[in-house]
Amino acid sequence: MPLLDVHELTTHFHTREGVVRAVNGVSFRVEPGETIGIVGESGSGKTVASLSLLGLIPSPPGRIEKGTAVFDGVDLLACGAQTLRSIRGRAISMIFQDPMTALNPFMRIGDQLMEPLRVHEGVSRREARAQAAEMLRLVGIQDGARNLDAWPHEFSGGMRQRVMIAMALITRPHLLIADEPTTALDVTIQAQILELLARLQRELGMAVILITHDLGVVARVCRRLYVMYAGQVMESASTDELFARPQHPYTEALLQSLPSTHVKGEPLHTIPGLPPDLIAPIAGCPFAPRCAKATDRCGRGTPALQEIAPGRATACFRVQDGEL
Amino acid sequence: MTRPLLELRALRVHFPVYSGLIRRRLAGTVRAVDGVSLDVAPGETVGLVGESGCGKSTLARAVVRLVPCTGGTVSFEGREISAMREPAFRALRPRLQLIFQDPYASLNPRMTVFDALAEPLRVHGLADGRDVRRRVSDLMELVGLAPRFMRKYPHEFSGGQRQRIAIARALALEPRLVIADEPVSALDVSVQAQILNLIARLREQMGLTLLFIAHDLSVVHYLSHRIAVMYLGRLVELGPASEVFYRPRHPYTRALISAIPVPDPVKEKTRQRVALHDEPASALNPPSGCAFRPRCPWAEPRCAEIVPPLESCGEGHQAACIRLEDI
Repeated sequence: MPLLDVHELTTHFHTREGVVRAVNGVSFRVEPGETIGIVGESGSGKTVASLSLLGLIPSPPGRIEKGTAVFDGVDLLACGAQTLRSIRGRAISMIFQDPMTALNPFMRIGDQLMEPLRVHEGVSRREARAQAAEMLRLVGIQDGARNLDAWPHEFSGGMRQRVMIAMALITRPHLLIADEPTTALDVTIQAQILELLARLQRELGMAVILITHDLGVVARVCRRLYVMYAGQVMESASTDELFARPQHPYTEALLQSLPSTHVKGEPLHTIPGLPPDLIAPIAGCPFAPRCAKATDRCGRGTPALQEIAPGRATACFRVQDGEL
Repeated sequence: MTRPLLELRALRVHFPVYSGLIRRRLAGTVRAVDGVSLDVAPGETVGLVGESGCGKSTLARAVVRLVPCTGGTVSFEGREISAMREPAFRALRPRLQLIFQDPYASLNPRMTVFDALAEPLRVHGLADGRDVRRRVSDLMELVGLAPRFMRKYPHEFSGGQRQRIAIARALALEPRLVIADEPVSALDVSVQAQILNLIARLREQMGLTLLFIAHDLSVVHYLSHRIAVMYLGRLVELGPASEVFYRPRHPYTRALISAIPVPDPVKEKTRQRVALHDEPASALNPPSGCAFRPRCPWAEPRCAEIVPPLESCGEGHQAACIRLEDI
């Protein structure tokens, strides 16, 4: 049984300019202990989808229009604010891209680390402090006890991200949602943080949803991938399959536009045009206007994500009909 | 051999750091750029890579005198610009242009595309009256924007389109040297490819010399003839792009390249990574000897004693490490 089963999640923002269809019928699942990746470019809805699960969408203007997200037998989208609060930060934790804005600049590192323990588990201050120091050691910050009294601004970006991870993991969650956790970091630090995450995941036996635009990062750490575009899942597959044999034309074009897949000097493949404006209603496949393989059919009706082989699904009429 | 277009000789940019609110006293010096020598030949593209805080952007700003040099020299077209008086520098400034990372911040939100592109032409007296409109429209076409959008404001464009506007503005004065500081880092992969192609095309078309600064080595390798690697204010490796990328010599370059996630899960499973200790030291208080020493898996006691100079380790290839022979 999956740890988290998201079905047809739909989140819209009702703004004065119109309805922004940020997430449109997204389904995915996470098995206990596995790492999945949700990849997509900016505006594809990957962050909104994950914030929706945790009830962190500002409302108004945001509204979850439909869908279910069953975590450990509880529908996160229907369980109400109070139940959600007891799950969030305990059974499900989240880390964000920018550790400077996600940490409270006016709170000592130790107090921030201890907060989830104190709030969720009613642990005594002394016990919480011991666990916080232990957690800092686990994420590779030496001299944890002294660093508990430090302020966020005294730490480098990589150190702050370690603190964020420590804070997210201190309650030993079953699921960690990591939204671009290494994007703001340098590559050598990124490598250290990714290794740290993988080690902690093994040790704590938790599942991870990694949200990123970086195809290199997902290739390194994820077992299965979901590719998002314009608020929809375009393709899902095991990481190996997706890179070896991308089926959806968007996935294929995305992989082809990477400089590392090109011989030096030859022009890079590009995807012409821009992602669609999510305020305007989209008729047909949202990628069709930029797709080199689109036919008249692609403008009529939105293709649903359909299984085309065990463990593989695409939302493309032409792939589903066996034409590509 | 032709004379380099841009010559940096032992360039140093140090910033004083003060402490105390009322009685300010000097607390130290940030050695942002600490003795960098680098030549860029006409028509050449040199990629400058390094992690945040290594001084690569400060170097770019020092070349166009946005920050003052505290030592060494910068020469452009054979003339030392670091010592030039302001009017003389201003006269050659059109031939030396900068493109920044963030097209949201580098364009004035209250200026239309037309105003943004017309301003440099007017300031330097290159066009007036009706001519301005024609030049602006040509520039927009050059970077792949429809001239009918010239009355629009920056916020009406996407990130990629804004970067095209910033590029058009830099090219308005027909520069010889363009310094591009992380021009594609803020962009999505598919848009990044469009802008990289644009830069490559314009380089051919206009015979540009390019100093291309980025932290993404695969992007730099794709575009550059030579790559210079910077760590805590110094160059640690310099050589032909493919040599540096495929056969890095300096331990830091090796670690950097091995840390880049490759979008290929099969390769990722078998890759050997150079594991680093710690995090970069601060440029305020760099370690003695080789600045990379505290993180280097090959460091030995000797490394704390000497600052290694760049030494030849192949055809046009140099690295600054005393253990090059052993590793």
